[in-house]
Amino acid sequence: MSVKSVALPIRIRRFNPGAWRNVVAGWPLNLKIGLTMLMTIALAGIFAPVLTPYDPIIGDFQNALDPPSWEHPFGTDNVGRDVFSRVLYGARIDLQIGFIATYVPFIYGVALGAIAGYVGGWFDTLLMRLVDITIAFPFLVIIIVILAILGPGIQNMYIAVFAAGWTIYTRLARAEMLVIRQQEYILAAQALGYNRMRIIFRHAVPNLIGSSIVFSMSDFVLNILLASALSYFGIGVQPPAPEWGAIVTDGRDWLLQAWWISTLPGFAIIFTGVAASLIGDGLSKIISQRNTPVL
Amino acid sequence: MQSSTHPSPLLSIQNFTTEFRSSGGKIVANKNVSLSIDHRRILGIVGESGSGKSVLCRSILRLIPSPPAYVTEGEITFNGRNLLALSESEMQAIRGVEIGMIFQDPMTSLNPVWRIGDQITETLRVHKGMGRREAREVGIDLLRQVGIPSPDTRFDEYPHRLSGGMRQRVVIAMAMACKPKLLLADEPTTALDVTIQDQILALMLQLQEEVGMSIILVSHDMGVVAETSDTIAVMYAGQVVETAPTEAIFNRPKHPYTLGLLQSIPRIEFKVDRLVPMKGQPPNLLKLPKGCPFAERCAFASPDCIETPVALREVEPGHFSACLYPERLA
Repeated sequence: MSVKSVALPIRIRRFNPGAWRNVVAGWPLNLKIGLTMLMTIALAGIFAPVLTPYDPIIGDFQNALDPPSWEHPFGTDNVGRDVFSRVLYGARIDLQIGFIATYVPFIYGVALGAIAGYVGGWFDTLLMRLVDITIAFPFLVIIIVILAILGPGIQNMYIAVFAAGWTIYTRLARAEMLVIRQQEYILAAQALGYNRMRIIFRHAVPNLIGSSIVFSMSDFVLNILLASALSYFGIGVQPPAPEWGAIVTDGRDWLLQAWWISTLPGFAIIFTGVAASLIGDGLSKIISQRNTPVL
Repeated sequence: MQSSTHPSPLLSIQNFTTEFRSSGGKIVANKNVSLSIDHRRILGIVGESGSGKSVLCRSILRLIPSPPAYVTEGEITFNGRNLLALSESEMQAIRGVEIGMIFQDPMTSLNPVWRIGDQITETLRVHKGMGRREAREVGIDLLRQVGIPSPDTRFDEYPHRLSGGMRQRVVIAMAMACKPKLLLADEPTTALDVTIQDQILALMLQLQEEVGMSIILVSHDMGVVAETSDTIAVMYAGQVVETAPTEAIFNRPKHPYTLGLLQSIPRIEFKVDRLVPMKGQPPNLLKLPKGCPFAERCAFASPDCIETPVALREVEPGHFSACLYPERLA
């Protein structure tokens, strides 16, 4: 294979199941539990059509507001849609929002912070003032303002999160870079005649990315909650799409007659949040044992 | 200009002056340093902490960030090119290819997240454009050359699984990968224990012989440079105070600072009850005296030493000293 070498921090060699078993065995328990929970939700989303016979969008008015039963484990809502099906299909939307809203800003946030921390000078000053300005506004306020200008919808929501969500990664990466820049292996890389971009992305970034990865798991939860909150306000995912926050909103008016419409999807949000938090805890435990590489 | 009779030295440093500017004032880290090293020679630079050895060494590769450091004077000529006048990308083509460097602490000079093989072959792939397979073969060969047992399995290990001495061997292999003409060794054995020190020095000498390169060996240990160097330069407060062939430095030191250094090392040949420590502290680099920087601590100094600026003078063929009165030492 004649692939020109690129600055990819992680390269997975020939797949070796035995080696992977050893790696997994060394993981902390909360990481294993968290990953299992997150995988469960992801699989539930992927296999939703197999797991439930009901359509998430089209309801059956005959069976509106049925309480939870074997037929409808989470009951049905006011237009007779099976809430369980909506939660399963909703996993697709919510996980997608969690990943995209977290990891797109993660990538350029870390890259910008790493560059700023390494090169310093006017680029660093300019970027950090931009970060300060962005952080000066409360996060939710920025998002709502941008959505108010661009109009509601999932795409505009991404745009808003991309504009506001990168700052924390930039700060983390820059702060770590200021420390790593002083390390002798960076000096050694300079002495070997590598260019700046190679030193930053191949030699420094794999060493500074740990804290950002740990934070990204909390960010993942916050972004799902954000999406739910925005749907709740009616400026996020638009009905009838089965986003979890939107389902909770739908059930709000029926809370006294049909508690299950809002409550049970709420548990899905909590479940995902706990999963991501456990993963974050587990990863931070691995990363704090600095001597062993993450992968 | 100095010691050598060779027409064109591999590296020559002329009147090199670097200062660090900070809010507290300017620190002259190197002042009028002139040194040269011939092909296939070893130059030892000794001096205590803060004497400017490392700054000088890193300045050759232009690894000192500016600001805060500024070269105010001088030239560094390597193979006929003035390194200080090259662009950054021209320097990148010299670093690691024509001039290699190894560092003091092997525990931190390898990147913890990469396998040692990746780190060695990266140089070959970046500078020589080798493919992965070819680079791997050359890399394993390099590990064998620097004396790492079972190099083909060690190749895929992470640095934390190697001992300090092994890591320093890997660092040397990285620096040697492109067969540089000059190797800068900035206190390569300071962080290692004594038996390993010896092995690493022996390895460097052996490689020097095989590859035919020159080495600049920076150390604060007179013993280390005595064993290895052809020529020794003694630095004090950012200046070269004495330079001469190794044998001359040890037998006929012509600068009181060198004498002081020699007297403070335990020697097996003489029975001495007490070592003679040097009195006092090196001068504050923020306000260097006008005259000889060592005058304050010097047992031979007279009042004019403090006032008269000093420069290296040839006191015997090939032997240079910055002392105004080298004859007082005799």
